[in-house]
Amino acid sequence: MHDFLMAFLGGAVIGLAAVLLMATNGSIMGISGIASRLLPPISTDWLWRSAFLAGVLAAPLIMTLITGIQPVIEITSNVALQLIGGLLVGLGTVMGNGCTSGHGVCGLSRLSNRSIVATGVFMIFAFGTVYLSRHVLGA
Amino acid sequence: MKLLSAFCIGLLFSFGLIISGMINPAKVLAFLDVLGAWDASLAFVMGGAVLVTSIGYRSLDNQVKPLFASGFSIPTRTDIDGNLIAGPALFGIGWGLVGLCPGPAFAAVSSSPKSVLAFFLAMLLGMYLARMPWINSKLPLGSVINYRRKIHE
Repeated sequence: MHDFLMAFLGGAVIGLAAVLLMATNGSIMGISGIASRLLPPISTDWLWRSAFLAGVLAAPLIMTLITGIQPVIEITSNVALQLIGGLLVGLGTVMGNGCTSGHGVCGLSRLSNRSIVATGVFMIFAFGTVYLSRHVLGA
Repeated sequence: MKLLSAFCIGLLFSFGLIISGMINPAKVLAFLDVLGAWDASLAFVMGGAVLVTSIGYRSLDNQVKPLFASGFSIPTRTDIDGNLIAGPALFGIGWGLVGLCPGPAFAAVSSSPKSVLAFFLAMLLGMYLARMPWINSKLPLGSVINYRRKIHE
């Protein structure tokens, strides 16, 4: 139950961030878009994008500094799998114009038909991949 | 002010990822394992986020322009094309293999760089490659889609 409450609270905080970014900056809070446009060819509005990502990078460090607790990050996949997974996530989010935050959180909230389709597709493929790797191929 | 606010919103987003547990790939994979020992908790992250965002976005309906920018930039496309299926499909496979999507990848790489760096760098490489026009047209799915688009036009 505790996990569910923390998940809901964390989600609400993520939602608050999305609303604030729209209210102050007029932008959709999509991490893949914010990050990919900082890679060459770099977009002209790179400053706020860098500032936002600096905040994302800083938060876990600030938390550790203040509380002394490090967030739990358990990686179960080996380096080869990480490289393949990373490449697919990078390619796929740019091809599909968004990831969990842009399509999932912001797009679903706007009832965008493109985001509803995208979210449905990546959820199904993520469920399917975990099913195949855990229960069919056995990992 | 614009930059400071963007930085603080980035912080807030990242705290949300930490509080919710989205930053932990093992937990994400347990959430994606619907037919196994399913950890349903992360469904509430999306629930909480969409709830707050839909109400919040609606409250901005009457705002003429954002506080620190000249206008709202909201996606206007409504077409469903091949890339909108193929892209999220590839993304879903990658997410399911490791348990990291772009936001948590940024938060996790600063917290434990050693364990996440390989994924993080490969993700940036993938983003870079997908934005290159020369490779974009050479991706097998891309060319199928462009071919179909030509026929439709």
